[in-house]
Amino acid sequence: MGEFLHQLASGVALGGVYAIMALALVMIYQATQLINFAQGEMAMFSTYFAWKLMDLGAPYWFAFFATVAASFIAGVAIERLIVRPFANAPVLASVIVFIGLSLIFNSLAGWLYGFSVTSFDSPFSGRPWFGAGYISAHELGAVLVSLCVLALVYVFFRFTPLGLAMRAAAQNPVSSRLVGIRVGWMLAVGWGLAAAIGSVAGMMAAPIVYLDPNMMFGVLLYAFAGAVLGGIDNPFGAAFGGFAVGVLGNLIGAYVVGDEVKLSVALAIIIAVLVWRPSGLFGRRLVARV
Amino acid sequence: MITRRTFLQSSAVAAAFAASADSARADNAPGVTDTEIKIGQTMPYSGPASAYGVIGRTETAYFKMINEQGGVNGRKINLISLDDGYSPPKTVEQTRRLVEDEKVAFIFNSLGTPPNVAIRQYLNDNKIPQLFVATGAAIFADPQHFPWTIGWQPSYVTEAKIFAKHILKTKPDAKIAILYANDGFGKEYLAGLKEGLGADHAGMLIKEASYENSEPTVDSQVVTLQGSGADVFLIAATPKFAAQAIRKTFDIGWTPVRYMTDVSQSIASVMKPAGLDKSKGVITAVYGKDPTDARWKDDPGFKEYAAFIEKYMTPHELIDAFAVYGFGLGATMVQVLKQCGADLSRASVMKQAANLKDLELPMLLPGIKINTSPDNFSPIRQEALASFNGASWEQFGEVLTG
Amino acid sequence: MVERGGTPHTVVTLAIAVFALVFPFFASGYHLYQGEQVLIFAIALLGLNLLTGYNGQISLGHGAFFAIGGYGTAILITKFGLPYWAAIPLASVVCFIAGFLFGFPALRFGGLYLALATFALAVAAPQILIYKGFDAYTGGAMGLQLAKPHAPFGLPFNVDQWLYFFCLASAAALYWAASNLVRGRVGRALIAIRDQPIAAETMGVNAALYKTTCFGVSALYAGVAGGLSAIAVGFVSPESFGLALSLAFLVGIVVGGLASLGGALFGALFIEFVPNIADQLTVSFGESAKALPGAVYGALLILVMAAMPTGVAGAARAAARALAWSRQAKVE
Repeated sequence: MGEFLHQLASGVALGGVYAIMALALVMIYQATQLINFAQGEMAMFSTYFAWKLMDLGAPYWFAFFATVAASFIAGVAIERLIVRPFANAPVLASVIVFIGLSLIFNSLAGWLYGFSVTSFDSPFSGRPWFGAGYISAHELGAVLVSLCVLALVYVFFRFTPLGLAMRAAAQNPVSSRLVGIRVGWMLAVGWGLAAAIGSVAGMMAAPIVYLDPNMMFGVLLYAFAGAVLGGIDNPFGAAFGGFAVGVLGNLIGAYVVGDEVKLSVALAIIIAVLVWRPSGLFGRRLVARV
Repeated sequence: MITRRTFLQSSAVAAAFAASADSARADNAPGVTDTEIKIGQTMPYSGPASAYGVIGRTETAYFKMINEQGGVNGRKINLISLDDGYSPPKTVEQTRRLVEDEKVAFIFNSLGTPPNVAIRQYLNDNKIPQLFVATGAAIFADPQHFPWTIGWQPSYVTEAKIFAKHILKTKPDAKIAILYANDGFGKEYLAGLKEGLGADHAGMLIKEASYENSEPTVDSQVVTLQGSGADVFLIAATPKFAAQAIRKTFDIGWTPVRYMTDVSQSIASVMKPAGLDKSKGVITAVYGKDPTDARWKDDPGFKEYAAFIEKYMTPHELIDAFAVYGFGLGATMVQVLKQCGADLSRASVMKQAANLKDLELPMLLPGIKINTSPDNFSPIRQEALASFNGASWEQFGEVLTG
Repeated sequence: MVERGGTPHTVVTLAIAVFALVFPFFASGYHLYQGEQVLIFAIALLGLNLLTGYNGQISLGHGAFFAIGGYGTAILITKFGLPYWAAIPLASVVCFIAGFLFGFPALRFGGLYLALATFALAVAAPQILIYKGFDAYTGGAMGLQLAKPHAPFGLPFNVDQWLYFFCLASAAALYWAASNLVRGRVGRALIAIRDQPIAAETMGVNAALYKTTCFGVSALYAGVAGGLSAIAVGFVSPESFGLALSLAFLVGIVVGGLASLGGALFGALFIEFVPNIADQLTVSFGESAKALPGAVYGALLILVMAAMPTGVAGAARAAARALAWSRQAKVE
C-alpha cells in the first residue's frame, strides 16, 4: 500500500508540471490552431534565465516573477517577429519554424550555460512532507502552484475584459475585428501568456528533474499526451489530462508493463483516446456539416 | 612454363612486395608531416549526449597547451573534433570524412558505444588505430578480433564486479536492487553485476528497474525498487538520473546501502543537485582525483590540472569530472606519441598504445597505473572504493582490480 | 496541382542524372557514403511526401518506419541469412503492413492530432526497439552489425561504388513508381481527399481505403530507405533512429516542397549537407561554440521558410510561372 501511495504521490507531483505545460500548449492552440513544439525549449530557456538571476544573487521569488514577466515579453516578441510572418503560409511551414525555434533555444542554452546538469533551487524546502515522505514539500508546492495557475487562467478568461477579447479573437476573428478587437495583438498576448505559463512549469520542474538543456523534452511529450487526453481545446481538460498522465504513467509503468516501455504507454494513451474520442475527454466535439 | 608475361608478372609482384615491405616499415601515417600530427575524433556536441562534449573541448585545449610547450618530438598535435550528435550513421560519415578527406593519422577517443561499434569494422579493415574509445563497454578490449581498437577507462563490467565483490564481502546476505539505464551502458552494468555475483549468489539480486534517457524522472522506478524490500541499491545511471535517484531514495525514507557508477561521481552535477546531506554514504568506485576534494590542494598532479584549466578552460570546468577525464586522455595520448619516437606509422602508434607500462598520470589516484600489452587492451583496470561524507569522496580500502 | 514538364525541367533532370551516374568514378568512399545518404533520404522523403504532400496526412513519425525497415533488413540478414537484395524488399513489405495498420486509427483523427500521434510514435520507437523481450533478434542495446555487399557478377565496382549504384537504382525505380502513381487516377484521388474530402467521398472515392493504403505505401518507402541505410552504415542500433530523424524528414519535405516529387532530392540534399554547413559557419566562433551549429541550423530553417514557404519546388514553380507570364506578356 505504501508503495502504491508513493507512486500515486510522485505521479501527482509530476502531473502538476505536465498540467501546466499542457495549459500553455492549449493556450496557443486555442488562439492559432497550432501546436507549439517549441514550448518545452522556451520553458527550459526561461528556467535558465531564472537560474542566472539567482546565480547573480537575486532571491528566489524576485527571480521567479522577473522570469515570468520576461517570458511573457519574449513570447509576445516571438509571436510578432517570427510566428506572425507565417500566418498565411501553409501549416507545415509553421511547424518547421517551431522546430527551428526549439533548436535555437536548445543550442543557445547549451552554448551559454553548458550541457552539464545543475541544481535549481526551490522556494519550498526539499524536505519530505509528513513522516513517510510520500511527497516532498517542493512537489506539493508544485502541485499547488499548478492549481493556482489554473485558477488564475480561469479567472482571467472568464472575468476580465482582456480575457474575453482573447476568447472572442480565437473563436471568431472576423467578427472580433468588427467590434474593434485587435486580433493580431490578442494572438501576441496569447503567446506571451503561454510563454509565461511555460516558464512556471520549467521552474517547478527543475528541482525535480534537474536543470540541463534537455530537461523539458520528456516533460513535453507527456504534456502532449495530457493535452490530447483531456482535450486540446479545453484548458481544464488539458490540465486534468496532465495530472492523469502523470499518475497513469507511474501506475502503469510500475504495475502493468514495466518502466522501460513507459513512453510507449504514453503513445498508447494518445492513440487510444484519439480513436475513441478524438476531441479528448473534455474537448468540444466537432461535427462537420456535409 | 615461364613466358614473358609470367616473368613480368612475377617481377612486378616481387617489386611491389619489396616496396611495400619497405613502406610498411618506414612510412608515417597520413596526416603526419614534419611539423604536425593530425588526428581525429567524433564527439556528441549536440543531441541527447551533449553533456559529454566537454571531453572533446578539454582534449582540444590540452593539445593546444602541449603545442605551446613545443609539441611532441617537434610536432604539433592537431585534433579535429567533429560533432556526430551520438547518431551512428553520422558517426560513420564524420569518421570517413576524417579518414578519407582530412586524412588523419588515427581516431582518438571518439565517444559512445554505438558510435564506436559503428566505425570499428571500418577502422580495423583499413588498419587505422581506434585509440582509447570513450566508453566503458568491455567489448572494445578484444585484441584478438579487433587489433586496432583499444579502450581506456575501467569497463562497466569491471566496476560492477568490484561492487559485487564488495557486497559479497561486507553484506553476504544482502538483497540487491538495481536501477539501470536502458541502453548499452546500463545493460552492461547489469550483466557485470550478475557476473560478479556468480551463479551461486544470483538470488541476491531481487529487483531490477530500468529507465529511458528521454524520461523526465526515475522517481517511479525508485519507489518500485523500495517496494521490493532491498537493502542494497545499485545506481547504474547517468548524472541527471543518479541525482534524482539519490534524492528520491532519501525522500521516501529508504535507507539501503547505495552504490553508484563512477560515471556519475561529479559532486557538482550529481551530489549537489541531489542534496549533499541526502547523498551521505553513497559509495562509488574512483580512479581519478576529485577536483573538489581539499585533500589534493597541494598535490602536484592536481596543481598541474588546475593550472591547465585556469589558462585554457573556464573556471566552472575545474570541477567537471569530464574535464578531468579529458585531461587524462590527453596525457595518455601524448605518452603514446612520445613512445613512438620517429616512427609515426599507424602500426607503430598501435604498437605503442599496447605498450604502456605502469604509466602514472597527474589526476589518477596514487597507486593506479595504466598498463597495456598485446593481449591486454584495458589500460585502466583498477579502482578504489570511496564513500561520500557530505562534502567529498573519502577513499577507503586499497585499490582493487576488477 | 500536378507537375508539368517543359524544357528547363528536362534539362535539369538530365543534368542531375548524368552527374549521379558519373560522380562515383571520381569520388572518395566518404563522398559516396554521403551520396548514398542523400539517395536514402530522398527515398524516404518521396514516401513521406506522398502521404503528407499529396494526401494531406501529417506524419512526424516516419523515423519509426525507417527503423522497422532498417532493423527488419538487419535481422533478416543476420539471423535468417537472407541476401540483402531480398531482405530489403521483405522488410519493406513489413513496413507497408505496419503503415497500413497505423493508417486505420489515423482515419479517425486528422491534422495536428495525427501529427501528435506520429510524434509519440517516433519518440517511442527507440524504446520499443531496445525492449529486452526482443533482444535475441535486435541485439538489444548493442545493435546489429552488417557486412557490406560486394558487386555481383564480378562487376568492376568497389564496395562503396556498388552500394551507391544500388541506392541510385532503387531511388530511380521508386521515383518512377511514385511518379506514375501521382500522375494517374490514384494521384488525383489522393489530392482530392486532401483538399476536399467530403466532395471526394461523394464522388465515390473510397477515402478510407486510399488513406490507409497511402500510409502503407509511404511506410514502405521509408522502410526501403531504412534497409538501405542499415547496409550503408553497416550497423543498426536504437540510437540511429531517434526523434531527430523524423523531424529531419519533415524538414526535408517542407523545404523540398510539398506535393513535389522532384523536391525530394532538394530536401534530401538540405538535410544531409546544411547541418555540415552550419558546423562550418560556427568554426570561427572558437571551441566554446561547439553547441552553436544547432542554433545556426534552426535559424536557417526559419529563414528558408520565410523565403520559400512552399519549399524549393514551390519557389521553382512560382519562378517558372512568372517566367511564362512575362513571356506571354511580351508576346501580347
